[in-house]
Amino acid sequence: MGINSKPVVFAVISAAVILVGTVATVFIPLFIPSTQPVSPYVKPYTAVELEGRDIYIREGCNNCHTQTVRPLRTEVLRYGEYSKPEEFAYDRPFLWGSRRTGPDLNRIGGKYPDSWHYSHMQSPQRLFQKSNMPPYGWMAKNRLDTSNSFKKTSILGYGYTESDVKNQIDSCRSRVTAESYASKESRNQVTPPELQKDLTEMDAIIAYLQKLGRDVKNMEAAK
Amino acid sequence: MEESMSEAGYDYRVVRGFTYSAIFWLVIGLVVGLWIAFEMFDPALNLTPWLSFGRLRVVHTNGLGLGFGLAGVFATAYYMLQRLTRTPIAFPRLALAHLYLFNAAIALAAVTLFAGMNTSKEYAELEWPLDIGVVIIWVMFAVNVFGTLIKRKEKQMYISLWYIVAMTVTVAVLYIVNNLEIPVTLFKSYTVYSGTNDANVEWWYAHNIVGFIFTVPVLAMFYYFLPKSTGLPIYSHRLSIVSFWALIFAYLWTGAHHLMLTPLPEWIQTVAIAFSIFLIAPSWGSVLNGYYTLQGNWDQMRTNYLAKFFIVGITFYGLQTIQGPTQGLRTLNAFFHYTDWVVGHVHMGTMGWVTMVISASFYYMIPKISRADLYSIKLANIHFWLILVGQLVWTITMWIGGIQQGAMWKATNPDGSLMYSFLDGLTSLYPYYRLRFIAGVIYFIGILVFAWNIYMTTRKQPVEAEV
Ligand code: HEC
Ligand code: HEM
Ligand code: HEM
Repeated sequence: MGINSKPVVFAVISAAVILVGTVATVFIPLFIPSTQPVSPYVKPYTAVELEGRDIYIREGCNNCHTQTVRPLRTEVLRYGEYSKPEEFAYDRPFLWGSRRTGPDLNRIGGKYPDSWHYSHMQSPQRLFQKSNMPPYGWMAKNRLDTSNSFKKTSILGYGYTESDVKNQIDSCRSRVTAESYASKESRNQVTPPELQKDLTEMDAIIAYLQKLGRDVKNMEAAK
Repeated sequence: MEESMSEAGYDYRVVRGFTYSAIFWLVIGLVVGLWIAFEMFDPALNLTPWLSFGRLRVVHTNGLGLGFGLAGVFATAYYMLQRLTRTPIAFPRLALAHLYLFNAAIALAAVTLFAGMNTSKEYAELEWPLDIGVVIIWVMFAVNVFGTLIKRKEKQMYISLWYIVAMTVTVAVLYIVNNLEIPVTLFKSYTVYSGTNDANVEWWYAHNIVGFIFTVPVLAMFYYFLPKSTGLPIYSHRLSIVSFWALIFAYLWTGAHHLMLTPLPEWIQTVAIAFSIFLIAPSWGSVLNGYYTLQGNWDQMRTNYLAKFFIVGITFYGLQTIQGPTQGLRTLNAFFHYTDWVVGHVHMGTMGWVTMVISASFYYMIPKISRADLYSIKLANIHFWLILVGQLVWTITMWIGGIQQGAMWKATNPDGSLMYSFLDGLTSLYPYYRLRFIAGVIYFIGILVFAWNIYMTTRKQPVEAEV
């Protein structure tokens, strides 16, 4: 074989050989719209939900939790309607995961009230003695950093103006700090007094969890 | 400069440096592995945010994949390159800079991952400034690979060199494409791909980065060090040519077997299944080439400790490449996906195939370049048995656990309702997780014996003076 004595030619041919499968199964689908369809029912994350999502990424929740329900009978029974491609149009990065040490979370939104999440995040073991999920109570002790929220949403192309972002943050803050907030008691139990009037990382991650799988319900209903 | 070079002017400083780095990161990565293995049955070890499972698991996979795996690949590649071309490294200073920068990058990677700066894309978790560092490091390596090949004195390139060239090219393509991202701050970025496309790009990357770091260069080592340490020529050159091209062609089509039954378009999944099955052929081409090389000399399995490492190592590769395509079939994957079964698959490959072959290559290489005999063959045998037993108990436990987990997720009562809660399934696995931890400790002791043996070998007689 002649190319065995021509390293550069050899490298070029190798590159061509590995690019065939790459182009066919990865590059071409990038340009086919049906790979990642969009639906008017599926809305982008609000600034606070997005911050919560970034905390989910930072803490590596995806190392234990998946976010794709497969179209299998027992799986739909356990978690709910199977996942549709439209749901992920605003997900950069995707968070489907590859390991299910904990349950799938793609349908977690609305499954429990916020109060449940405050207690659960604070100490999973208090709710389920044998759970191996790490406790995340310290998240309630961190004020949410929103200094990059606008920049983040604009990089992701969510189309919010700076004042949209500010309003989203303010309205989430006033919702969870209101006297009438249904989960006020459990929130105050985990949040230190000096932060009770402010948004914490815990508030944001719960806002994110509550968003998961909600929009797709409307999409399915409209079908 | 002169005194640091051996007979033919080969420069072994960088080989030695990467060997030590590999062993160092192996030990660190395994300590973290044991830590997370413990957390899985007792969350009490989640002592601080940076010791919590979600952050630590990534330190384990990166520490071993990038730290140990890549350093082992670089150490052996710099050695094979020089020996097989009969030419010293083209740019020795660049190679040393590569060594230092590599270790600095891995240390920074560990620190940033502990701190939660992490893109979440598996095996591509590093944030963008480190991605740029990785690309620079890779270019430094590639310059030496091609520089040395162009200057070479030996006309024909031996099979191992093909694998090294293929790795050099492919890893560059994979890494750059999957890590295209837009920075928000110094520590945070967003990928340019969204949703399903991001998943497709990511698993094309992840499957192949495992393939081109844990398979392709490890085969390069196998094809070089097996004949060297047994004194037997490789059985069939033609078989190795066919296997090489078939392997690197087919590998790139199979990433979607990680995305079975997800919203990814079905045809991409089906193509991946087909190519995964096809991959058995080139994989077993190498396995059989190894077995036939020993034909008529199987007594070496008793008399030559290195033959034992290589042949048992390639056997795990063979098993791995049967298990992989099988668990990739749609119906079987519906059962095994997301369970501990896959974790067993991963660790048969890494603890069996990859570490067996890399440690045996070091056992051959280090005495050669230190011009001393191995400190202790007896210890090498102890190392072999400890990591073999540790790995087998580890993986078999996870396969059984995985089957149980899959069955419990699926089980329904006569009325059609689910039989077990999620937590029932998880807690029934804790005995397996405990046993896995013990198996990990056995394996870890084997690795400490290995590290000690290499260290004492380099101490045995003063090595050439360092510059
Ligand atoms: C070590 C693995 C692990 C990690 C890491 C982990 N979890 Fe969990 N998670 C579990 C397990 C196991 C359960 C089921 C038992 C329970 O509810 O505690 C669970 C349950 C949950 C539930 C309830 C699901 C349901 O349907 O009842 C939510 C919500 C959740 N986790 C969110 C998170 C978030 C957010 C993070 C990251 C900050 C996270 N988890 C990190 C293992 C983990
Ligand atoms: C003492 C030995 C080891 C122990 C105790 C150990 C432990 C673990 C644990 C607990 C996990 C997480 C599993 C889960 O999420 O369910 C894991 C994952 C992983 N480990 Fe190890 N490990 C060991 C050796 C190794 C070695 C030697 C390598 C590589 C060279 C390696 C590479 C990986 C990889 C790539 C994953 C991710 C698997 C996936 O995502 O499916 N491990 N390990
Ligand atoms: C022909 C060869 C192979 C095929 C077809 C194959 C197939 C697969 C499949 C289908 C999965 C995904 C399972 C799931 O999540 O449901 C998987 C996971 C994995 N395999 Fe293999 N495998 C092969 C060889 C190897 C080898 C040699 C290694 C070397 C160590 C390896 C390492 C891994 C790793 C690390 C993962 C886990 C990825 C993750 O989820 O993070 N595989 N393999």
